[in-house]
Amino acid sequence: MSSGSPRIAMLKTVVGALILTLLPMPSWLEIIRPGFLALTVLYWSIAAPRAGGIALGWVCGLLLDAFEGPVLGEHALALAFLAYIAVREHQRIRSKPIFQQSLIVFAALVFYEVVLFAIDGWSGHPLTTPLRWVPTLTGALVWPAAAAILARSYRPSA
Amino acid sequence: MAGFATGAGRPLQGRGGSPGFRFALYAIVSIAFMILDQRFNWLERAHYALQAASYPVELAVSSPVAAWRWVQNSFATRDSLEAENQRLRTRLRDLELRSMRYDALAQQNAALIGLRSSLPPVAQRWLPADIVNIQLDSLRQRVLIDRGSLNGVTPGQAVLDDDGVVGQTMHVGPWSAQVILITDPEHALPVSIARTGLRTIAVGAGDAASLALPYLPANADVHVGDVLVTSGLGGVFPPGYPVARVTGVRKDTVEPLAHVRAVPFAHLDTDSEVMLIWFRHDSPAAPLQERNGELTTGDRNIQPLAAPVKPQPAASAGTGATANESPGAIHNATRRARSGPREGGGEAQDGPSKATKAVSKSKTPKTGLPKPAVSKKPEPPPT
Repeated sequence: MSSGSPRIAMLKTVVGALILTLLPMPSWLEIIRPGFLALTVLYWSIAAPRAGGIALGWVCGLLLDAFEGPVLGEHALALAFLAYIAVREHQRIRSKPIFQQSLIVFAALVFYEVVLFAIDGWSGHPLTTPLRWVPTLTGALVWPAAAAILARSYRPSA
Repeated sequence: MAGFATGAGRPLQGRGGSPGFRFALYAIVSIAFMILDQRFNWLERAHYALQAASYPVELAVSSPVAAWRWVQNSFATRDSLEAENQRLRTRLRDLELRSMRYDALAQQNAALIGLRSSLPPVAQRWLPADIVNIQLDSLRQRVLIDRGSLNGVTPGQAVLDDDGVVGQTMHVGPWSAQVILITDPEHALPVSIARTGLRTIAVGAGDAASLALPYLPANADVHVGDVLVTSGLGGVFPPGYPVARVTGVRKDTVEPLAHVRAVPFAHLDTDSEVMLIWFRHDSPAAPLQERNGELTTGDRNIQPLAAPVKPQPAASAGTGATANESPGAIHNATRRARSGPREGGGEAQDGPSKATKAVSKSKTPKTGLPKPAVSKKPEPPPT
């Protein structure tokens, strides 16, 4: 791996997360499928806040908007917000044990979903089914595994 | 946690200011995007470009499934092919038998409507499209098809399969288009009950296999097993295409509206191929179009009839009927025909004004309760 900047690893993991997001699955798996792209953005915002950060979240959100979402910019704003929270608190989150990290991730994902929910409602495409909150829970549950896998994609030389 | 070890000690304030400042910047850009997209529809081209750019990714993601299906097909045994061939031949014969009467019916219908030329079939052209096997949004019912504006697809186009209505196109890219299914919670389809002609709106229930009819009053004549067909309002589908079958009716005495569920005829969850249909807009059965807020019927020559003059006490009873057919009375008659009932004329001018009322009511489903209309038979499938 390149030791200077984790940009290439970032690109790879973002593409991987996008594929996981788009992959067709049986319907029960679809409902509990966590937001892989949100988890990826969250990880990089905590692990490498200088390299990725808010710009990464915004670009990933725009990518997501290309595939889903009623208005352009919805996921961009929500993911930039998620990245902002993570970048701001990255040192505090890093020092926590993995269980507490999952709790923080859960809270961050709830914020993310609230932003999406608000924009959905504001733009006249409300989606009020309680099922939309399931991925926040599963996202927090898979966080330890996701973080471990993402950590393998890039090893700083330090 | 071995991962979080990058550049821990360095300060964040590098280029581009503090995170808060940068977030504010990106948030403003995002909100500007949303407002431009939502309010002014300025980003239609951006949608088009994004649709084009994302299509290769979508194809790549769906390719393993497509490859697996191809392998399955190419290793299909002779027996299964023969069985399928047999089945298709039987089906073709059935359909041909059924469409044999179509010409006669179409001519009868044309005679009834009063057209001189025979009725052209309402479906002018159709194009099969494959569903690209990817997941667009798990809670909204959307699919991606592999036909786009280069194939002549436009937004708001009817999509059917061989059993019923599937949905309509939304965002269209050059090679692909997003289809919103009739089961999407944001999709509302004007339908009528084939048995009674009662018009209402079918809204997607959000899961893959059911529709809701939320605007039927509790005393509406609807039973389990009723067939819903498109009513021709709404501007996308011509009347008479099969939509769904009613599977559940629940009427609470305390509630003013009935809870009605229906299951679509189209195999929305198992389809791999759908049909895009172009309709002939001069056909009398064409869907109503809205242009600049005015609804136009399929045939421009059909205009509301003029209100007949008040019958004089001395006039004979026959003049009321003949006055309606005089060609000179047709011009500039829209306003007068609308105010016709107040003038207390005959029954002839009630027809068009009632029709326009029903149309405008169906556009606002919250206030407009569906009214019973003349029973319409579902049209035979286009040949």
